[in-house]
Amino acid sequence: MADLSTDLAGAVLPNPLMTASGCAANGRELHRFLDVAGLGAFVTKSVMRGPRSGRGTPRMAETPSGMLNSIGLQGPGIDAFVEDDLPWLASVGARALVSIAGSDAEEFAEVARRLRDSEAFSAVVGVEVNISCPNVANRGLVFACQPDSSAAVLTLVREQLPGVPLFAKLSPDVTDLVLIAEACLAAGADGLTMVNTLLGMAIDLDRMRPHLGGVTGGLSGPAIRPVAVRAIWQVHGAMLTGRLRPAPIIGVGGVHSGRDALELVAAGASAVQVGTATFHDPTSPARVLRELETLLDERGLDLAGAVGLAHERTA
Amino acid sequence: MSGEVPDTPVAQVAARLLSNEPVGAYRHLVLDAAAVAAPARPGQFVAVAVGGDDTAHLLRRCFSIHRVDPAAGTVELVVADAGAGTHWLVGLRPGAAVDVVGPLGTPFPLPDEPTGCVLVGGGYGSAPLGWLAEQLRAAGSHVELVLGAATADRLFGVEAGRRTADAVSVTTDDGSAGTKGWVSDVLPEVIGRSSATTLYACGPMAMLRSVTDVAAAHRAVAHVAVEEAMACGIGICMTCVMPVVQDDGQTKMVRSCLEGPVFRGDAVRWEAFADGRCAVPADAVGAPVAAGGGGH
Ligand SMILES: Cc1cc2nc3c(=O)[nH]c(=O)nc-3n(C[C@H](O)[C@H](O)[C@H](O)COP(=O)(O)OP(=O)(O)OC[C@H]3O[C@@H](n4cnc5c(N)ncnc54)[C@H](O)[C@@H]3O)c2cc1C
Ligand SMILES: Cc1cc2nc3c(=O)[nH]c(=O)nc-3n(C[C@H](O)[C@H](O)[C@H](O)COP(=O)(O)O)c2cc1C
Ligand code: FES
Repeated sequence: MADLSTDLAGAVLPNPLMTASGCAANGRELHRFLDVAGLGAFVTKSVMRGPRSGRGTPRMAETPSGMLNSIGLQGPGIDAFVEDDLPWLASVGARALVSIAGSDAEEFAEVARRLRDSEAFSAVVGVEVNISCPNVANRGLVFACQPDSSAAVLTLVREQLPGVPLFAKLSPDVTDLVLIAEACLAAGADGLTMVNTLLGMAIDLDRMRPHLGGVTGGLSGPAIRPVAVRAIWQVHGAMLTGRLRPAPIIGVGGVHSGRDALELVAAGASAVQVGTATFHDPTSPARVLRELETLLDERGLDLAGAVGLAHERTA
Repeated sequence: MSGEVPDTPVAQVAARLLSNEPVGAYRHLVLDAAAVAAPARPGQFVAVAVGGDDTAHLLRRCFSIHRVDPAAGTVELVVADAGAGTHWLVGLRPGAAVDVVGPLGTPFPLPDEPTGCVLVGGGYGSAPLGWLAEQLRAAGSHVELVLGAATADRLFGVEAGRRTADAVSVTTDDGSAGTKGWVSDVLPEVIGRSSATTLYACGPMAMLRSVTDVAAAHRAVAHVAVEEAMACGIGICMTCVMPVVQDDGQTKMVRSCLEGPVFRGDAVRWEAFADGRCAVPADAVGAPVAAGGGGH
């Protein structure tokens, strides 16, 4: 049997499969379909300082092999999260990778501080910093589009969470992903999660107006998998050539099967998140894990040996 | 997102399609799905994967449960051929496998004591009402049905309703069956003569809103089953929200797949819905303040 364990900047997980932020709520809903403690980690919906209603509806549009969403980071806020959701994850033995977000760098830091000071913090194996959300101070431009605003967030979050594995979640909608990755790692990130949704849009042709209440939305699902593979490939490649310091990558984007997961691993991911596929099949994260294990067994590989393997075999 | 996840049973089943027959403008599907049938209650729904194994249609389609037969282990649906996913589903032949998740959502709450009930259905929204009517009648309530649709072929459940309910009223927009007009045109008279205290409704948003208004005018309570676009049906994506007043008086954007689809009509903030959209009321918990409403 393949060794599936993975070391994510000191967080050693029994297997590399995770939910993706925003695609599994905060655990209870999905636990009716699979044991969330059986996953390498459970990634929570990005939590902000206060409660947020999110945007009006429609909030989603189905697209070929994917979907657009404009949820607007709906959530209960960090206080309700640490009082209710995190203790529940702890109670079932789940390892939580907590996703945090903010409208400015200070909000990220405050969410990080309240998380650190919470009673159930022992369930937290790491924090995923969702810098792919809009920065109010900068005309709504997402943090992850610029190295300096990405670094500003990571610096402040790192101060609040010394010693906690920190992952910066990157947007693929940038001209030079390696530059953003470099800024995040220099500012204190231990690793990178790639990728968040791509900005997209759909038009309601009956009403001849934007379909989504939020006008534009995030594209996810198998339609974006080639983008995720490319992003992971580029950043892992930069680590292999010494342009970036080596750091673990969590791959996410369009994973629907074990084969998809293995593709992200071969490009350089040490762990894999399953997002939109969970809407199609609520047991997806557990199923993808089983399928990945079989594929590794068939190839006589351990997970660690498969990470980035395709780079060695490039013509 | 916190709290309130029902502890009622829910299953994911590789169901077999037992039959697929036309009923007016719809198809009546019978599925062999015992694990869904046993715990199901009227008002609950199922989420069906469409398009087959390698489909490009990733999102499940939701359908009210028309009725179940727990002894036979069957679940029945009434499906309108509306778009790509339903087109695939209504084209399946008996014997086909269908991936079904359910039963999902809140059922219609049944009254504690026998009372006068009016059940209002619009189009395929009538699908769960016959089953509900049987349960209400069995518990001693007086049950009247008001069934409406655009045209006669889009009415559902009229004949069966005449066998189960105490009375059935029919309306069509074009007058091709029953009274020409909307269900809300005949509803006041039906409530008046049956002294109903409880209304149940399932159908388009605008209909649910007028049923709620008519109920209020007659000091009756309306329980409405809504149909918001749902990506997952199981409470994990947050696409299906609507503004609903909570017990503490605050309005929250709640998931209609988990806290609904059945809501008390008077708790829904109907004024937020217009022309296929629903805005976040300014007084909703966590409503966006001017800038910074973004993010996915
Ligand atoms: C709780 C609930 C109960 C329902 N009960 C029934 C029923 O008993 N019989 C029936 O025929 N239909 C029912 N519907 C509507 C049914 O789900 C849609 O008609 C169906 O999703 C359309 O799918 P499509 O692939 O044909 O259309 P497409 O246009 O290809 O769908 C594209 C996307 O939009 C969504 N969507 C499109 N129309 C609707 C709609 N009217 N409501 C919700 N989502 C929509 C789809 O789910 C899909 O994600 C119900 C919907 C909900 C939410
Ligand atoms: C409905 C929905 C909500 C999402 N919410 C978040 C979120 O709160 N935070 C975040 O970092 N990513 C969020 N994402 C992005 C996913 O975590 C993931 O990066 C993206 O969907 C690509 O993966 P997938 O193709 O497997 O879905 C969301 C995606 C979807 C579809
Ligand atoms: S449809 Fe996904 S939360 Fe309701």
